[in-house]
Amino acid sequence: MKIATAVRCLASSLVVALAATAGLAQAQKTELNVYTALETDQLKAYTEAFSKAYPNIDIKWTRDSTGVITSKLLAEKANPVADMVVGVSASSMAVFANEGMLQPYAPKGLDKLSSQYRDPANPPMWVGMDVYGAAICFNTVEAAKLGLPKPQTWQDLTKPIYKGRITMPNPASSGTGYLDVTGWMLMMGEAKAWQYMDALHANVAQYTHSGSKPCRQAGAGEFPIGISFEYRAVTTKKSGAPIDIIFPTEGLGWDLEASGIMKTTKKADAAKSVMDWLATPAAMELFAKNFAVVAIPGIAKPLEFVPADYEKRLVKNDFAWSAKNRDKIIAEWLKRYDAKSEPK
Amino acid sequence: MSTAAASLPPAATAARVVPKVHWQERLAQGLLLLCCVLLAVFLLGPLAAILVKSVQDKDGAFVGLLQFREYFATPALQRSIWNTLWVATTVTAITVPLAFFYAYALTRSRMPGKIVFRMIALTPILAPSLMSAISFIQWFGTQGLLKGLLGGASVYGPIGIIMSSIYATFPHALMIVLTALLLSDGRLYEAAESLRTPTWRKFFTITLPGAKYGLVSAAMVVFSYTVSDFGIPKVIGGNFNILAVDIFKQVIGQQNFNKGAVVSLVLLVPVLVAFLVDWRMQGRLHAQFTARAVPYVPKRKRWFDTTMFAYCTIVALLLLLVLGMAVYTSFIKLWPYDKSFSLRHYQYGLIDAGVISSFFNSLKMAFFTAVFGTMFIFASAYLLEKTRAMPLTKGAVRLLASIPMAVPGMVLGLGYILFFNHPDNPLHFLYHTMAILVLATVVHYYTSSHLTAVTALKALDNEFEAVSASLKVPFYKTFFRVTVPVCLPAILDIGRYLFVNAMVTISAVVFLYSPSTQLAAVAILNMDEAGEIGAAAAMATLIVASSTVVCIVYALVTRFLLTRTQQWRVSGLA
Amino acid sequence: MTPNSPAVPADDAFLRLAGITKRFGQFEALKSVGLTIDRGEMVVFLGPSGCGKTTLLRIIAGLETQDTGTIVQAGKDISRLPAIKRDYGIVFQSYALFPNLTIFDNVAYGLVNRRQPRKTIAGRVQELLKLVGLPDAGAKYPGMLSGGQQQRIALARALATAPGLLLLDEPLSALDAIERVRLRGEIRALQQRLGVTTIMVTHDQEEALSMADRIVVMNAGRIEQVGTPREVYGAPATPFVADFIGKINVLPAVSEGGGRFRVGGVSLAAATELPAGTSARLYLRPEEIGVHADGTAPAHALPARIAKIEFLGAFCLVGVVLDNGDDASLVCNVPRQLADGAGLAPGRVVGVTLPAPAIRVLG
Repeated sequence: MKIATAVRCLASSLVVALAATAGLAQAQKTELNVYTALETDQLKAYTEAFSKAYPNIDIKWTRDSTGVITSKLLAEKANPVADMVVGVSASSMAVFANEGMLQPYAPKGLDKLSSQYRDPANPPMWVGMDVYGAAICFNTVEAAKLGLPKPQTWQDLTKPIYKGRITMPNPASSGTGYLDVTGWMLMMGEAKAWQYMDALHANVAQYTHSGSKPCRQAGAGEFPIGISFEYRAVTTKKSGAPIDIIFPTEGLGWDLEASGIMKTTKKADAAKSVMDWLATPAAMELFAKNFAVVAIPGIAKPLEFVPADYEKRLVKNDFAWSAKNRDKIIAEWLKRYDAKSEPK
Repeated sequence: MSTAAASLPPAATAARVVPKVHWQERLAQGLLLLCCVLLAVFLLGPLAAILVKSVQDKDGAFVGLLQFREYFATPALQRSIWNTLWVATTVTAITVPLAFFYAYALTRSRMPGKIVFRMIALTPILAPSLMSAISFIQWFGTQGLLKGLLGGASVYGPIGIIMSSIYATFPHALMIVLTALLLSDGRLYEAAESLRTPTWRKFFTITLPGAKYGLVSAAMVVFSYTVSDFGIPKVIGGNFNILAVDIFKQVIGQQNFNKGAVVSLVLLVPVLVAFLVDWRMQGRLHAQFTARAVPYVPKRKRWFDTTMFAYCTIVALLLLLVLGMAVYTSFIKLWPYDKSFSLRHYQYGLIDAGVISSFFNSLKMAFFTAVFGTMFIFASAYLLEKTRAMPLTKGAVRLLASIPMAVPGMVLGLGYILFFNHPDNPLHFLYHTMAILVLATVVHYYTSSHLTAVTALKALDNEFEAVSASLKVPFYKTFFRVTVPVCLPAILDIGRYLFVNAMVTISAVVFLYSPSTQLAAVAILNMDEAGEIGAAAAMATLIVASSTVVCIVYALVTRFLLTRTQQWRVSGLA
Repeated sequence: MTPNSPAVPADDAFLRLAGITKRFGQFEALKSVGLTIDRGEMVVFLGPSGCGKTTLLRIIAGLETQDTGTIVQAGKDISRLPAIKRDYGIVFQSYALFPNLTIFDNVAYGLVNRRQPRKTIAGRVQELLKLVGLPDAGAKYPGMLSGGQQQRIALARALATAPGLLLLDEPLSALDAIERVRLRGEIRALQQRLGVTTIMVTHDQEEALSMADRIVVMNAGRIEQVGTPREVYGAPATPFVADFIGKINVLPAVSEGGGRFRVGGVSLAAATELPAGTSARLYLRPEEIGVHADGTAPAHALPARIAKIEFLGAFCLVGVVLDNGDDASLVCNVPRQLADGAGLAPGRVVGVTLPAPAIRVLG
């Protein structure tokens, strides 16, 4: 009896192992495979609200960092698993569009969105949700110990006093890093931007492999100044870290969290419903809880620690340009800064 | 053929004898071939899929060696290769002796607390490798308590990589060396003692040569592990470039699979060299392992036991300090400014980030990996060591078994996507299932387990199979009645090794999990990425704690098994 | 008790090997070996390491396959049979006892597989344990026994299924000297009692001489000589056999015809005739040489001078140099009493006698 039970358990677990997601349990609900890079706590709120609006669509999230999700989607290109992509950077969406992986769709109420926060094509391949832009995290406690003045601008960061005190994401590993680099290029022009980065490089202690790391390192006092992005800066400060957030006045590089439908999906209708919902003011209000700028103007409310004129400081972005020149810019960046030996 | 026949004496020109092969032998050979095919499908297939990328451009057009030329023209490359080699060599040179003396103390002394020392030594594999990197940053970083010990040097870079890698590879090396030492012949020591051989001479004339195979294997494993791991250098490496991080930059940072494939190939070179060295050594060592299973029972020697105890205490304390810092970090509010006790990281990880369900997935995945992985790995090692003939298949299996250590998990995972998600692959049904996670994890941790199995099998008398054939007993009966029971400690070690590694594996499975098979360790990586160090430490602590519980339960269950099957070892005391 | 096979060949040849060759890559391990072994015989393969003796044994067992050649056992061609289909028991130098099984289970290992009743098995195991002199060892594990005891158990295990052929692969080499001598007597007695056809491989000539019915001396993949211990010792067929077995004096000589040979300025008589002028080597065992104190020597004794004396207890090895013999030196084996009585000492002149029948002439 016992043996029989054990055998059955083993057998059934084998079956489960082999066919876990092969679709044994067919629910009446439409299951939608969605790849995302959104934060888990954001996902929770968005899913809850969406389920209320569309109770017959069941979203199965596959969540990972932007880099991993982008790589995963590209690797699966031959036979995509995802039905759609939500909350992945516009730079990545531009890559997917170039690879012909997305299908165009104009969600209801598209006309209400700011034109710069969506794919310029009509109908668009992808649509933006909200903006995340560059920000500097500045540890006030450590700065006081070291006697560092608070920098106000990008140029300030090149002052010799900050030597070995700054970290920023490596554009070769992190989309946030690339966003900083293109931001400087768009605001200063390419030649000046390289000059600026040469000067900045002298002060950089470390190029990290994640966009959040510099701010966290600043928060933990490892390196007092971290070039990161607004959302991470705000959450770090809220967690109690003694940091000030600086939004340099010269301009801020930025990217979008954006969404689109995979060309190969068999559930285009459900996916379109999600796209429609993401473009509603109700959804935008949810985004606005985390981000200072959302795709529909006028919905965002001022956020704690973020200046009111934040949107005005964003540089004028050109996603097509930055996608096209990415290999070239990164190669040049690596040549200039990557071979550098350890700072002593 | 004709020249060979001509050189034979006339009497021998008679027809060459073709032996009749018994069905049992055919069965063994068939099974070995099956093992070879399975390894080829689940290792070479995915690797081939990704390596094809190395001669293509982004659009999939054939470009020959262009990608290689471009990559080798990068100024940072030479530095990366050099950095990788010297860091891995340093780690190997420190870890292997460290682990060897620890294993020596565990097997050759009668110091107290061996069980505890053994358990502590295995703690590093209970946590994701990046946990050690986080912990070393807390100890030696800008805010670290022990920062002064580095004399002004930064922990970010080679120092941090080396320290974290030593910590992470220590149990891997220990496991292999321990097996080699446990299985060496006690009669040699009896003979040496009757000759009044001093301890140090016994060490150099018996212990060291006896463990040579294990030492070489351990060195190979540590070296390959350090070369291919990217978790540690990514977190603590700063601007120090090594090849595994280069792959990360290409594959995750820039989604350039083609260049990633090129770097992966470069990475395979040192490991293939290590394999060849290992292979040659093995040929020479063959005669040595005709050991009779007479277990060595150490005698009490006050001075020696005390020294060994002191050594193990120091190592164990250092290991615990690393783990302890991670646990500490998980319970404080905000490093380093608010060190008050708080459970908020656990709350965040378990509830807000929803790690609970992933955690059960991890347990399930680890269980399947341990059960099926151990069965397959031990059976194939047995067939490899004890089956006659088929030299080509054997060579292939040996090579296939040592490749996984050289393949960064990330590369393996990508290969699995490209290979198994291809619409024309008949095995496509595996994609996005628990099964593929289990398969990838078994393959990922194959080498170390395989070496443990081989080391244990090599210590068995070579003639068991011949004896059972002469007694007309089928080989599989002897396998179950003798081979498995005698090797049971090693088999149980492999099972536990696979389990704890499956609990923390990240890089291979990060590309393969589906919404219903999300894993806890992946969540930890993401938390670290997002800078949630406290939550990452908290979840790592949970994994360590649960793996510890599993290991203790496992130890209790296996103790029952071992006392039943290993009486013959204990009885050697008489 | 006597093992019996159904097909008994008329001429009593139990095992016939013909034209056995084996190569390992470039190395020729066996070069066309042929041999016939009688029923109930104890045959010892003797030779230096690498001579092919173990390979030959493993081929007989089916553990290696010969490249060419046939093996007929008990009238049946077994050349191509896998090991498991052949009829033999085997004992290895390493004992190869299953360490996790009790002595009882080790001995019963081959019996259990034959689905015999439990009682029969227990009886048989007890019988075998008694046979090898360890009736109380059944409950112990191999690790608790001495090497010699373990090898006895291995023997019992090999005999348990009453095989037609017993193969012993250097069974005594791993044991200490005393145990080795004791066990070789036991194995021989047991073999004679059971009448089981046995092949043993060894590199130890003393072992071979004391145990074998016939010795097969092997060198470099060939059989040099097959014969009884007395034959191979007393009448070595080749220089290799002469050199390999026992101590022997070698004198380079030239035939003078008529059964006489010249060594330096000395002329010696031998039992063999060669045409005059042929060069040859004379082989003579040390114990065949008579050593006589000056004055007591018979007329035909050759004058010689003692170079050195090595005292070995019962015997002395006396090294002498023949006068007029081109400095030809001989080692003689002299009983202690004789040596003392004759007052042999280095430097003394003695007369030595070299009996013609004991001198062996080889090319």
